[in-house]
Amino acid sequence: MIAFNKYYNHFNLLSSVLIVASLLLLIFKGLNFGIDFKGGTLIELRASDSKINVGSLRDRFNQMDLGDVSVKKFGNDTDFLVKFENKDNKKNIIEEIKSNLDKSFGNNYDFRRVENVGPKVSAELLKSGVIAISLSLVLMLIYIWIRFEWQFSLGAILALFHDVILTLGVFSLFSLEINLSIIAAVLTIVGYSMNDTVVIFDRVRENLRKYSDIKIFELTNISINETLSRTIITSATTLLALLAIYFFGGEILKGFSLAMILGVVFGTYSSIYIANTVLVRLRVSQKTVLREDDQNN
Amino acid sequence: MLYFSKLRIIFVTLFSVLFILIASSNLFKFDDNFFDKKINLGLDLQGGSYLLLEIDNEPVIEQKLQNLTTIIRNYFKEKNIKINNIKIDNQNIFFNVSDNDKQSVLDVFQDENSDLNPYYPRFKSHQLEIEDTGLNLKVNFSRQGLIKLKTSSQDQAIEIVRRRVDEVGTNEPNILKRGNNRILVELPGLDDPMRIKSLLGKTANLTFRFVTNDENDRFGVEKLKFENGLEEATVSKRIIISGENLLDAQPKMDTQANQTIVSFTLDRAGAKRFGKATSTGIGKQLAIVLDGKIISAPVVRDTIASGSGQISGGFTFQTATDLALLLRSGALPAPLEIIEERTVGPDLGQDSINAGMIALAIGFLLVIIFMFIKYKIFGLITNVTLIVNLFILLGVLTLFEATLTLPGIAGIILTVGMAVDANVLIFERIKEESKGESNNILAFDGGYTKSRTAILDANITTLLAAIILFFMGSGPVKGFAVTLGVGIFTTLFSVYFIARLFTSIYVSRNKNKEKLI
Repeated sequence: MIAFNKYYNHFNLLSSVLIVASLLLLIFKGLNFGIDFKGGTLIELRASDSKINVGSLRDRFNQMDLGDVSVKKFGNDTDFLVKFENKDNKKNIIEEIKSNLDKSFGNNYDFRRVENVGPKVSAELLKSGVIAISLSLVLMLIYIWIRFEWQFSLGAILALFHDVILTLGVFSLFSLEINLSIIAAVLTIVGYSMNDTVVIFDRVRENLRKYSDIKIFELTNISINETLSRTIITSATTLLALLAIYFFGGEILKGFSLAMILGVVFGTYSSIYIANTVLVRLRVSQKTVLREDDQNN
Repeated sequence: MLYFSKLRIIFVTLFSVLFILIASSNLFKFDDNFFDKKINLGLDLQGGSYLLLEIDNEPVIEQKLQNLTTIIRNYFKEKNIKINNIKIDNQNIFFNVSDNDKQSVLDVFQDENSDLNPYYPRFKSHQLEIEDTGLNLKVNFSRQGLIKLKTSSQDQAIEIVRRRVDEVGTNEPNILKRGNNRILVELPGLDDPMRIKSLLGKTANLTFRFVTNDENDRFGVEKLKFENGLEEATVSKRIIISGENLLDAQPKMDTQANQTIVSFTLDRAGAKRFGKATSTGIGKQLAIVLDGKIISAPVVRDTIASGSGQISGGFTFQTATDLALLLRSGALPAPLEIIEERTVGPDLGQDSINAGMIALAIGFLLVIIFMFIKYKIFGLITNVTLIVNLFILLGVLTLFEATLTLPGIAGIILTVGMAVDANVLIFERIKEESKGESNNILAFDGGYTKSRTAILDANITTLLAAIILFFMGSGPVKGFAVTLGVGIFTTLFSVYFIARLFTSIYVSRNKNKEKLI
């Protein structure tokens, strides 16, 4: 049996530091919102001429008076991603850009993807994204409250917040783009982290009913160990699937799968070191679960 | 738990085979209608354009209020009530009446049977609201009145949008209402939406009006620019004929002048008015105005009584074709603005499909190898279950003709990764149970019963997340929610029916084996 409980305090401290660091990053550095949430225009461009590179593209686009332009390589050497604000929301901007690029590059390039999100829509998308994540947290809280005692639901929710905040913190730290699919990833993380926590909690509750003389500090450790091989196997297979998406699923899914990989890692860690320590700190005992059983009878 | 009735075995087998057949109809062609279903590919996979249009209702409201001032004035004139200082300001109509008449005017507006101000019993609201500000009377649209106005202009606009898109002839466009002032247009397979965008961006309000030098024209005059933006002309506000009078419009080649023109045919009323106007207006310039700009202003040389005519204006064949199309499909009730556009080229779509399939194959293989190494015979059972699960998932998606998107494929891969969870929970539990239990069958039973609540809880939480995503997400993300959500159900089915069937067969054959797992 591995003595996970020996390090409860250490890891609680570590998590607290990481959460504070993430929050500071989110407040002072902020998130790198993509056009879905900021509005603007995105063009994925494939070049068939080596003259077309980040530098020459940047020169061209900067001459067009589009506001803040960012040009990046996208996957391989011939693909580029161009993003700009399109502040005045010009109508025929794509046609203008095309005729402008034609002058310098002929037809040695191709627009593979064009996205244009107006300011109204991006504001709505951001709002509905925030609502979706908040709603999922509330629903999880309610669900776990129905299924378990309040101490458990507090532990599970703290673990959820931990996972979401840390994932967003990493995205802020590396200025990774937040778009619609990241919201989907975060919601899946919420589901996964919950899933992982619930399995251990289920065992903690079962053990609480079984043993009256074991303290919660010991008991959580027993429960973690009993469910450990499941935790490892499920995390491993999920990570294998996600790594396959990350490395082979194409550029578009990179951010999405990365967010979920982070989420699975944080989720697995937090089920052990956040959710359970909340039970310990709240001094959950056999009485906690038996009282509930009495009420139900 | 161990016992499987023959009936249930047959049911499980048939059910699985059925869905595998349905899933395989994506690859093969079946003659039978029932099997001839396919998973729809989302715009991000097959390429195409997604356009979200917003109707600008301001001009419609302005126009309606403008008409209302005339209606109000005439209505009360008949009742010998004099309306003074009537004006429109910031979407409100203001006017004065004498103090004696005030109450009767208010009564007219607030009467449920008012013929001036329609009442909607269903919403317990009038179309218009009236308020006595002390200085004057203020009339504006009520909330319900505005909603009615918006939905009606949306109804008209979607009809026109549909006609225009159909005329261009793209395959299977999807045109839907969003809220009460938006229209969603999905155009699969279209990689350059430029033409459709320019067609939808035009209101196509066509009028024929005389050019005049008389500033005191009875109907009022306005200065309008020509299409080229350089010249200007003063045009009477009196409309001779408008786009509504057109029966047909076609691009034609005028061989004499060697230029492309748009020829049009008028309805009976239009032909009559056109004939009369051209007979009295010989020698005058008739301006052809589209969306506030003069296309051309030819001089009337002859009476045109035939009810057909032509518009010239230095068109190329393409612009003439588009103008004819716009005139045929009619004018939009209000201008449309494209507030969101997402276009994916077909080759990127194909690349995404390929990448998704490779990722699925590799993810699947990794999980299968891992499970076999970890659990041997039970890993094999899980793997067979996983394959059947994948087919059932594809089968369900096919049966409902769901739309598969790139994040949707990611959802399938993720399902593969998470689907083993339930089996692992059960196997681990069986392993634990068999430690203190020499009877393998009892251990097996215990494993299944005792893991049930954890499995249920774990899956419900994921399902909740998927449901929220489905309702809050848009387009591609919705596809992810669908595969993730459906995946949970197929996983539970395959774990509790297929995997358990295999496990029970294995356990009953190895009742007395020392170490079960």
